[in-house]
Amino acid sequence: MNRIAKTFAALKAKNEKALVAYLTAGDPNYETSLAVLKAACDAGVDVLEMGMPFSDPTADGQVIQDASLRALAHGMNLPKSLAMAKDLRKHNQSVPIILFSYYNPLFQMGPEALYAACMDSGIDGILVVDLPPEESDEFTLKFPDPKALPIIRLIAPTTPLARKKAVAAKADGFLYLITRTGVTGVGSLDVGKIAKHATELHNASNVPVCLGFGISTAEDIRQLAPYADGLVVGSALVKTVAQNGDSPKLLELVTQQVKKLKAACLG
Amino acid sequence: MNEQNKIIGAYPDSHGHFGQFGGQYVGETLMPALIELEEAYQIARKDPAFWAQYRLMLKEYVGRPTSIDYAARLTEMCGGAKIYLKREDQAHTGAHKVNNTIGQGLLAKRMGKKNVIAETGAGQHGVATATIAARLGMTCKVFQGAEDIRRQAPNVQRMLLLGAEVVSVSSGTATLKDAMNEAMRYWAAAVEDTFYVIGTVAGPHPYPLMVRDFQRVIGDEAREQFLAREGKLPTALVACVGGGSNAMGLFYPFLDDNCEILGAEAAGDGVDTPRHSATLTKGRVGVLHGAKSYMLQDEFGQVVDTHSISAGLDYPGVGPEHSLLKELGRVQYSAITDREALVAFKTLARLEGIIPALESSHALALAMKEAAKRPKTESLLVCLSGRGDKDLNHALEAIEKMGI
Repeated sequence: MNRIAKTFAALKAKNEKALVAYLTAGDPNYETSLAVLKAACDAGVDVLEMGMPFSDPTADGQVIQDASLRALAHGMNLPKSLAMAKDLRKHNQSVPIILFSYYNPLFQMGPEALYAACMDSGIDGILVVDLPPEESDEFTLKFPDPKALPIIRLIAPTTPLARKKAVAAKADGFLYLITRTGVTGVGSLDVGKIAKHATELHNASNVPVCLGFGISTAEDIRQLAPYADGLVVGSALVKTVAQNGDSPKLLELVTQQVKKLKAACLG
Repeated sequence: MNEQNKIIGAYPDSHGHFGQFGGQYVGETLMPALIELEEAYQIARKDPAFWAQYRLMLKEYVGRPTSIDYAARLTEMCGGAKIYLKREDQAHTGAHKVNNTIGQGLLAKRMGKKNVIAETGAGQHGVATATIAARLGMTCKVFQGAEDIRRQAPNVQRMLLLGAEVVSVSSGTATLKDAMNEAMRYWAAAVEDTFYVIGTVAGPHPYPLMVRDFQRVIGDEAREQFLAREGKLPTALVACVGGGSNAMGLFYPFLDDNCEILGAEAAGDGVDTPRHSATLTKGRVGVLHGAKSYMLQDEFGQVVDTHSISAGLDYPGVGPEHSLLKELGRVQYSAITDREALVAFKTLARLEGIIPALESSHALALAMKEAAKRPKTESLLVCLSGRGDKDLNHALEAIEKMGI
């Protein structure tokens, strides 16, 4: 069983939800970022989304835009992100690592080279923001074993039911349900609407469903946990890095924040 | 040209691909909106009533057809091939952009959308969108880079007067690509009641197809006018290419004809410096703003900063059909520096009494070089895509600084 399936199965057995953490790789620089990722995993993150920074992040709000630019300004790129995953894997062998990226950097590396590098780095899946099912075959069909590196599919509140079912039927790893329209970052959550979408998605799929976008506090997690197998927190964690990037307390702050979020996942 | 090699009607395929280019590379939140748009457009495209409405507005509101105009003194100065101008600067709002915003505006109305948004570089597309929103009774929000707001101030005032809200975008290089990033972010949040009017033949399918359909009126008119005037087709067509909508509009009806086609990109300070926007000349295939096409990027696939004196050409991408036409060898693309464009800008004003947009000045500069190399029996048809009033302050400053 791969790390993604193993993680969700173990959590289900304990009646826990997965805390999925998004962090921008290389923010503000390689060393600090690697230390933050290690600390976050040690503090209880169940699944890590490692955000590969892109110059034109059209699906992201201000917080992740800024983090991306900080990382790029310090020379972050795809090969270094893959190296960072490899470094992290030496420290932690169990947390599934999802490479979260816009398509162009991956497209430039090419599917074969990316696949090999992901296998070498211990990356368990990829999530490509701007690569919908309509276009992804050109890339993922070139992976020697697509099962070994699943592409995590996104479902939006705008996705009609028929499309939801079609995407869910082919999903691998887990499904990422976007909780609201718009970009990443803090915003209001309509729990009733989210519950309806999540229920439709659970009924249509055999893989775990994680909710993301606008989830920033333990309270948000408690509200949405009944409808999900996992909850994604991104901008709220990235903000901590942004505000305390130079502080000696950074790792401690990230640790506390993750612990608090994870506690809300225990039900 | 045999049937198999015909380009007109062959692209895009049913999934919006122009050969390896084009497609729909967007986040899931926008995919349903693109599918809805595509369905609505395919129905409108086959509806004669839709086109009748579009043509009536072009005639009565825009004042089409725009003329083709023989530039006798410019021709004489260059000393070679005859230069004809397709005068899109005569169109209402002062540029070709309105052809497209009328089409998309009517489609938005048909789809029951009450709000339109647009990105703009030079401000011509923003003005054209604000204009059509006023005319059709829709709200309008235009995203423009802070740097472009500075260098295209007159167009900002026009948009405001027309009732649009202008959103200043200061992320990245604060130019067209950043305006487009921000428009896409806003659209993702407001997608349910908002229509995104993209200003060029770029973006995800069906935009490149749709914008080409709305801009080909330039080439359809010009082809007929030129045949009537000269009794034959021009030897070559010339147009500037940023995203490439005026170029695609002029070129498309001629693609299967026996004439050369030349595209002028922005070389900025020069294509051997880092400060240019010559996407097809210097870029590699990549994915940006929803489509696969040539783009300016570093070795790791990050988009690089661009430069052009012309805000409308200052863009690291290009419409996917231009990438196809380059790959097919059907269009020859080359790049014109800021200096060459400014010389053409001033020359046309002095010799013909026409002040061209800085974007169009790139096409003129290329045409002037080509005319000088060619015999008097040949003729060039240049798309004068817009008027230059918006550029006066900025261009005059640069002319003085460079000593032109």
